[in-house]
Amino acid sequence: MPTFAHESRIKYQHWLDIVFRNITRLAAFSVLILLLALIASLVMGGLPAIKHFGFGFLSSAVWNPVTDEFGALVPIIGTLVTSFIALLIAIPISFGIAIFLTELSPRWLRRPLGIAIELLAGIPSIIYGMWGLFVFAPLFAEHVQPWLIEKLGPSPLFGPLFQGIPMGVGILTAGIILAIMVIPFIASVMRDVFEIVPTLLKESAYGLGATTWEVMWNVILPYTKIGVVGGIMLGLGRALGETMAVTFVIGNAHKLSTSLLMPGNSISSALANEFNEAVGELYTSALVQLGLILFLITFIVLSMARYMLHRLAKREGT
Amino acid sequence: MRNKLNKIVTFAALATTLSLTGNAFAASITGAGATFPYPIYAKWADAYKTQTGVSMNYQSIGSGGGIKQIIAKTVDFGASDMPMKPEELEKNGLMQFPAVMGGVVPVINIKGVTAGQVKLDGKVLADIFLGKISKWNDPALVALNAGVALPDETITVVHRSDGSGTTFIFTNYLSKISPEWKSSVGEGTAVSWKTGTGGKGNEGVASFVQRIKNSIGYVEYAYALQNKMAHVQLKNRDGQFVNPNDESFKAAAANADWLKAPGFYELLTNEPGKASWPITGATFILMHKAQTKPETAIEVLKFFDWAYSNGNKMAEALDYVPMPADVQKLVRAAWKAQIKDASGKSLWQ
Repeated sequence: MPTFAHESRIKYQHWLDIVFRNITRLAAFSVLILLLALIASLVMGGLPAIKHFGFGFLSSAVWNPVTDEFGALVPIIGTLVTSFIALLIAIPISFGIAIFLTELSPRWLRRPLGIAIELLAGIPSIIYGMWGLFVFAPLFAEHVQPWLIEKLGPSPLFGPLFQGIPMGVGILTAGIILAIMVIPFIASVMRDVFEIVPTLLKESAYGLGATTWEVMWNVILPYTKIGVVGGIMLGLGRALGETMAVTFVIGNAHKLSTSLLMPGNSISSALANEFNEAVGELYTSALVQLGLILFLITFIVLSMARYMLHRLAKREGT
Repeated sequence: MRNKLNKIVTFAALATTLSLTGNAFAASITGAGATFPYPIYAKWADAYKTQTGVSMNYQSIGSGGGIKQIIAKTVDFGASDMPMKPEELEKNGLMQFPAVMGGVVPVINIKGVTAGQVKLDGKVLADIFLGKISKWNDPALVALNAGVALPDETITVVHRSDGSGTTFIFTNYLSKISPEWKSSVGEGTAVSWKTGTGGKGNEGVASFVQRIKNSIGYVEYAYALQNKMAHVQLKNRDGQFVNPNDESFKAAAANADWLKAPGFYELLTNEPGKASWPITGATFILMHKAQTKPETAIEVLKFFDWAYSNGNKMAEALDYVPMPADVQKLVRAAWKAQIKDASGKSLWQ
């Protein structure tokens, strides 16, 4: 009866396959269900505020727990501006790190440098926050901010961005700390994608007499742009949602100011600060709605990144 | 033989475990709320457990959380730095009593200025926090501080970024003193600040004030002491300038008229008396009046009774101010009058 045994084994395997398929399906769907449940609970929790304030919530800069008037403009701007500053600083530096590590660094230095950068990525954010508040902010207030205020403050174009008093904490400090936090992410992704560029391509360009910069700009970058954009988006995602480090150094003031040296607030920082002691339905619900807005901002940014990558890939195809 | 011995040992161990857990279950009380009194509640609980074997488990989740938890009856008592108004107590069937007191202290960071050197009155303090007085050498400040070298520098205000009972006591004082503060900012655990930067928790405000030059903030007295910060002298209701310390907090508490405060809704800000510190406040315990679990409620009352009688030294060691004896008497009377079991019998005899 060998055939019979064989058949039963096939049957058994077939059955195993079905079980396995369904288990993986369950795993995949559970993420989707969690995501939907999360959105639903944010919307439900924020409903009283949504009903009460409408779209005015997005454009109002008032945040007054005493009179129960809330608006999200200050934290939204704070979140976007600090993340923008972070990327402005982090992209060129990460680019430099990645190029040095893949192209220019002596071979023996690559591993220790690479490991150091990966270690930086693993440091918990609260450590960055404490370092920012206790070490960076006082130095910044003592040596950099007075110079910024004196030299750039009076200039007509960027002047308003650099006026005020040197406090150490503020929007700019938060942006710089965020930059330090996202550099390891962006740099290590960039390094990884730069490394996969075929040596043949690079050597050919060098052989044609190209400088390192020309190889970088005309060969490596076009070859890896999707990965590079992906790395930047990873960094941006972290910057947008970062909570503890920002809370320490942003200044936590619900005030709109043109100056980057003045304290502001970010969405995640407002949530971390105020959720525990928020009393009253409207206050709590306004905070939940802030969470929903952060969720939407992150979602929009990531979709835009996807779309950009899609466009890039398409252009490549034609 | 060996088997038998094993069995006996196992049985004994099992019995001990059972009796231990049984004990712990019968005599354990839970509370949640304010963060400000957490250190002293934890210390009391520890000492109480060694003396009586009854454990008290306190979670410092914040005053707002404490109020929510006691209303939902998930804890045996709630704790809040902001007393509930008598009508709110009535609505939720709760009673409250003060457990321990503390003071809120304005602290400054000006180069060369030491603790107690700068004198402020309530109006000037309010104007600084309103942003109306923005320089340390403002005429109003100079007038109060003859002989102190105040610099020509911008004042940086530091306030709390999280909701807090400390902020409530501070803004309550400013509202009592300054009509403009009352109408434009008001009082609460979190308010809409007109100026300045926010630190999380007392320790956040303390570290901002220490790091930002020419700044002013407000912290619980214990934090000002521990961080060796420069506090200011404040002019009290009787027109005297006082330093913040145990004596001036006690004076404020002694001059408060608790008898006339229904439901112990008494804020110790701007109290009369020559020696009274004007920004003093008590932290409160909330309990249900009609107790469905009378055995546990009695344990809670016993705990605070013990704390009133035996916990003063511990409180003072942590820079809290114990409740005066006559207030304790009033509280015990309130327990007797208000906390009852299902049959309406008083639990506290």
